[in-house]
Amino acid sequence: MSAIADPVVSSPAWERVRLVLMALAVDPAGLGGLWLRARSGPVRDAVTGAFGALPLPLRRLHPSLGDEALFGGLDLTATLAEGRQVRTLGLLAEPSALVLTMAERCPAGLAARLAQALDAPKHCLLALDEGAEAEEALPAALADRLAMFLSLEDIPLSEALPLALDHAQIIEARARFLRLRVPPKAARTLAGVAISLGIDSLRAPLLALRLARVVAALRGHQGVRAEDVTTAAELVFAHRATRWPQAGDTPPPPAQEPETQGDSDGDSRPDPGDIPEELVLEAVRAALPEALLDRLAIARAARATGGATGSGEARPGHSHGRPLAARPGRPSAGLRLDLIATLRAAAPWQGMRRKTALQDRLVHIRPSDLRIRRYQERNERVLIFAVDASGSAALARLAEAKGAVELLLARAYARRDHVALIAFRGAGAELILPPTRSLVQTKRRLAGLPGGGGTPLAAALQMAQETAIRARAKGLTPVLALLTDGRANIALDGTPGRARAEAEAEVAAKAWRRAGFPGVVIDTANRPQDGLRALSAILGAAYLPLPRATAERLSSALEAALAPMEAG
Amino acid sequence: MTKPHTPRQPFPFSAIVGQEDMKSAMILTAIDPGIGGVLVFGDRGTGKSTSVRALAALLPPIEAVEGCPINAPRRDLSPDWAQGVTDRIITKPTPVVDLPLGVTEDRVVGALDIERALTRGEKAFEPGLLARANRGYLYIDEVNLLEDHIVDLLLDVAQSGENVVEREGLSIRHPARFVLVGSGNPEEGELRPQLLDRFGLSVEVTSPKDIETRVEVIRRRDAYENQYDKFMKTWRVMDAGLRNQILAAREALPKLKTPGVVLHDCAALCLALGSDGLRGELTLLRTARALAAFEGDTTVRRTHLRRVAPMALSHRLRRDPLDEAGSAARVGRTLAEVLP
Repeated sequence: MSAIADPVVSSPAWERVRLVLMALAVDPAGLGGLWLRARSGPVRDAVTGAFGALPLPLRRLHPSLGDEALFGGLDLTATLAEGRQVRTLGLLAEPSALVLTMAERCPAGLAARLAQALDAPKHCLLALDEGAEAEEALPAALADRLAMFLSLEDIPLSEALPLALDHAQIIEARARFLRLRVPPKAARTLAGVAISLGIDSLRAPLLALRLARVVAALRGHQGVRAEDVTTAAELVFAHRATRWPQAGDTPPPPAQEPETQGDSDGDSRPDPGDIPEELVLEAVRAALPEALLDRLAIARAARATGGATGSGEARPGHSHGRPLAARPGRPSAGLRLDLIATLRAAAPWQGMRRKTALQDRLVHIRPSDLRIRRYQERNERVLIFAVDASGSAALARLAEAKGAVELLLARAYARRDHVALIAFRGAGAELILPPTRSLVQTKRRLAGLPGGGGTPLAAALQMAQETAIRARAKGLTPVLALLTDGRANIALDGTPGRARAEAEAEVAAKAWRRAGFPGVVIDTANRPQDGLRALSAILGAAYLPLPRATAERLSSALEAALAPMEAG
Repeated sequence: MTKPHTPRQPFPFSAIVGQEDMKSAMILTAIDPGIGGVLVFGDRGTGKSTSVRALAALLPPIEAVEGCPINAPRRDLSPDWAQGVTDRIITKPTPVVDLPLGVTEDRVVGALDIERALTRGEKAFEPGLLARANRGYLYIDEVNLLEDHIVDLLLDVAQSGENVVEREGLSIRHPARFVLVGSGNPEEGELRPQLLDRFGLSVEVTSPKDIETRVEVIRRRDAYENQYDKFMKTWRVMDAGLRNQILAAREALPKLKTPGVVLHDCAALCLALGSDGLRGELTLLRTARALAAFEGDTTVRRTHLRRVAPMALSHRLRRDPLDEAGSAARVGRTLAEVLP
């Protein structure tokens, strides 16, 4: 590597990385920050190594960070030692560059807190997103506030040259970027391009405008030029696009151009400030490989729902929920000291301890006084609907199945359950909606469910199990509601064949039962199917033929399926 | 280090482009705090938090006892546990208190003053955010992500107007009357119906779809960030005008006539919509009165009622979670039928 010592020309992709980092270094708080999507590795290290150029102290955050770490809290040791209240400073106390590692795992609660902090604007967030799947990504509340996005996935190590950022250039740009002249049309161009790309949030064009100034300043321009706006649009809009602008889909050049009539808004157009929208749009499109767009669209859909955990997000006990009486114990990871209860426990002994104590202390606390906090946490459940949309579930039956799901949804709403939706048809099963509390979303997805094809029951059961395991990891209690009308006829690999398909479905059903998850099988066929009754026995689930299923019966069957879980 | 941020006033209220529903809901609660708060639900980046921050600068100042933790208007109303209270009455801005998401129960209701307990062995009360918000506003961003037990607590206080602290050997009660302002994004989770009902008005905001509005938003925001002084000079005048209008409306409010037919309309509308309880009717009437006062009318009329009905009632309907059209559309339909 060192043999070829001649200064390799940096690749365009790497130059882009450099530009992004330079821009961040010029105006970290104003631009909000960077969403960096990359697996950890030397390429990412090369980029994160350059974060030092930011004019803010770096602070590392991780997704399971508590409020005390963020906002500060009582410093117990110091408080007891000094006999006065000593508070620790939270990570958000000082303006800083917050490096959020494993940003794809950031829960909605933390995302909301960070989003509030970013609104101030004094912080800058560098979100390191290591998402492996398209569904794993930075929460939308944060992504919306960060101007730029970089994906390092396609950059080979050979291109990742050391990033030497020019500090003099940064400082010079910082001194003047806010004073640069912006052509009056820039705002319109950016707003128009954002609409063409289906970007709703108004933060996007605002951030793009700010970035255009920064880029112009870095390039040594005296005013913001069309190319600066184009670059900014590329960097801010490409990853936000929700639709692919068709050629010729460019919005008609801003309606009837009032300024040609000499509407004299004071701008006598000192420079050729004309920035054709099509050119900018074209540039953004070029910056956006189609595959990336598809993937991001999926990620966005998943995030919109997957992150939607509502207020009752699952957390380990002892940290959240309704407070219960404190009990004696030692604080340790996950167990927090209840200071007041501890002091109260210690109070009656103070006189006695003072007399026998070797040292003169203000308060004498013994290990036996320590009390820890306890919280009661309600176990929340997630209803996993696996809906058969195969051809045999002919349209009318599918509509009935949808009706049944809706009945259960209404119950779920009353109980504030989470809901997940799996559809199976044709060659496989698809998780159309990860666990969410948004019933409107569920309803919408359900209504748009197409029918037709075979019955890949095994695939559906497997997917249900994966979803259930993930949900349980989050502290939810999964319950399966399987709605089907017939027998499996598509094997796991997508090939037809009844015998193999049924054998596989049986294996999957046994696996479900072993995992100990409850469930209910709702038979949507015209006549009750013996095969399904047998399958429900294997699943360990209640069996309910739909023709006789009323709303009450459906929900009571579900409640019955749940009863052992709740008792346990 | 970047240059230290000069303390800036928030983005001026009158400079917010569009979002008329949200703005008028906030103005109406400023005229009559008895309406009881605003819930703003909508997309990201639509200016929800901006408008609440702006509201703080717009509200007329209040007179309160200096140093009083609950902003009492008279010395004898100041609680006996309060420290550092003087006899002077000062003018101060209407408090707008932020309730951050990660807030603990202690910080909300107040708790034992640990420092004094430890150093002097005294049992003293350290007031919380509810005390500070008394006679002002309590703002909760991302209200739908708030922990359930904090929500319960707020419900209770918002209902009774009094904060009761019975814990850690303390027994304290103090007035906590505030206008609750909440904002959130429905994608992140739904709000419990019990909390919904506590908000007087609810509005939905969406990002503006037409390009002219969006361009204007960008221009104004850009001017605010980059030509702060010039921008504020223009809009501060507008804000002052609006503040005077609010003050005038407050004075006009008691003199406003409410014909019997309007009361009848209120009842008929709520009956037709099947909204639970009487709170809907009362809020509807109060809001309509505030609107009439704001517009300089001397009598409340059906037109006022019709305009405020969606924001006063849509969140009180027995919710059909599967109704996609949304409650606002239902209110609109019923309005057309009942109050032609």
